[in-house]
Amino acid sequence: MATGTGYALDFERPLIELEKKIDELKALSTSGSVDFSSEISKLEKKAKKLQTEIFSDLSRWQVVQLARHSARPFFLDYVQHLFTDYFELSGDRRFGEDTSLIGGFARFDGKPVMVLGHQKGRTTKENMSRNFGMPRPEGYRKALRLMELAERFEKPIFTFVDTMGAYPGIGAEERGQAEAIAVNLEVMSRLKVPIISTVLGEGGSGGALAIGVGNRVLMMQNSIYSVISPEGCASILFRDASKASKAADALKLTAKDLLEMKVIDEVIQEPAGGAHRDPPKAAEALGKALRKHLGQLSGMSPDELVRDRYNKFRAFGVFSGR
Amino acid sequence: MAWFSKKPRIAVVPEPATEPPQPSRMQGLWAKCETCDEIIYRQELEKNWMVCPHCEHHHAWPARARLGALLDADSFEEFDKELEPQDPLGFSDSKKYKDRLKSSRKNLGENDAFISGVGRIDGHQVSVGCFVFEFMGGSMGSVVGEKVARVFERAHELKCPALVFSASGGARMQEGIFSLMQMAKTSAAIARFRTGNKPYVSVLLNPTTGGVAASFSWLGDVILAEPKALIGFAGPRVIEQTIRQKLPEGFQRSEFLLEHGMLDAIVHRKDMRAKLAQLLGLVG
Ligand SMILES: [Zn+2]
Repeated sequence: MATGTGYALDFERPLIELEKKIDELKALSTSGSVDFSSEISKLEKKAKKLQTEIFSDLSRWQVVQLARHSARPFFLDYVQHLFTDYFELSGDRRFGEDTSLIGGFARFDGKPVMVLGHQKGRTTKENMSRNFGMPRPEGYRKALRLMELAERFEKPIFTFVDTMGAYPGIGAEERGQAEAIAVNLEVMSRLKVPIISTVLGEGGSGGALAIGVGNRVLMMQNSIYSVISPEGCASILFRDASKASKAADALKLTAKDLLEMKVIDEVIQEPAGGAHRDPPKAAEALGKALRKHLGQLSGMSPDELVRDRYNKFRAFGVFSGR
Repeated sequence: MAWFSKKPRIAVVPEPATEPPQPSRMQGLWAKCETCDEIIYRQELEKNWMVCPHCEHHHAWPARARLGALLDADSFEEFDKELEPQDPLGFSDSKKYKDRLKSSRKNLGENDAFISGVGRIDGHQVSVGCFVFEFMGGSMGSVVGEKVARVFERAHELKCPALVFSASGGARMQEGIFSLMQMAKTSAAIARFRTGNKPYVSVLLNPTTGGVAASFSWLGDVILAEPKALIGFAGPRVIEQTIRQKLPEGFQRSEFLLEHGMLDAIVHRKDMRAKLAQLLGLVG
């Protein structure tokens, strides 16, 4: 099944071309008198085999590319699939509105919750208005406001991470980008409601973590989470941005890596070929995981939730000595 | 200032042979000020707390010398000195992370980029920590994050103020996601510390950027900075590449941040101890 967006990664291309050919033959079969059915089933078998070949052993750099795929479902796509009654709330009440980090009340399985996440654009125009999913301090302060609202009304919080990082700009620095992120980290650590954070695509450094301090941290199968982008790491440490693929390996930034290092709680399996090939199926898998973890957390008292989250983050780190 | 003429008390500052790899012009008997180009007798510069007597430029000041000069005589008791970094990712770029650690350790006589413990300022007990910028750019990995978190836990336990001097390029890439998580860990420790009623004073030195700026460093109840320190989230080069324009003069310097409401005060090095003592007298 082709995605129809026209955009394909290099390593996806052979598969997509094959699928196009199958579609063409199907169209000919239905319109004409010639029967291509044996040809079609042969090609479909070939496509399936090719898909397994390509996606069973992706390199880390290929996962990075999938995580950034412009056809990948974004925050609002998942909201549409998994939540009802979404009521978006705007503004930080301090300076402005930031459409790269959005959220509001919604219902999950009929019950009111708070959802918030980074929102990327699919087209250049959308990306311009979403600032490529890179928040300024206003975005983080709005997120904080929303999370504090959720705490006041005793609603669980779902956060969805998908950003290259916090925006590096003059205004952002003037208005305290670092301070805004820091405050979120502190406040999130002590909120008295369940928080479940999921990395959907890119988990870019502090700008991602600023909404990522959850009782549970989940990652989609083809998402990444890293202290620095592979390009940034390559240009600093290898002095060559083109060595990004090497840097991706060194950083160990895939969902699989993070699960192995016990930094995250679960990897959510994506449909074959990646979430963008079947967004409803990806959403279904995510919904199932969210339901499970929320169920586990909803038995905990407010103090237990805070302690659980605190202990989780307090324990991170690898060193010797006591 | 009476205290100003006293010699640093914790004289564990390494001698030139084991000194941090500073610009060559800062080595030897004479130093050249990187701002005004004046040649200064090195001893004079050290006596002047590494502040240029001609232009007031605040040069890098080794952590132990700083703690020695700012804390009451013989009051510093170091903690967590034995914590040592590991290599959880098996990281290697042009050099192995393990080798980088080894050579930093050898050159500086420190296990990592942070020194912490308990001391006094004008009689006020403080749980204190200071970055060793010379150790891999003061980057924060697991050990730094752990020591920072413990500064706040110790302060909470002892019911005394916390004081941290930051000088760091940010999270340590070589420890990957573990470094990133130190931001959340240290900030969570502050949240717990703040259930008490003692202040956290954060002093920002040149430079304080990235994941260190965006976590505990900017969470001080009171935030001070040395003059002209570079402080911000993104590095100036990254910003320039992103917005494709030159940055304004003085951008991300202490004075710029004070003007934008992001700091409480800029404090000259010679006044730091007196200012800290005053503050601790008011809210310690
Ligand atoms: Zn000078």
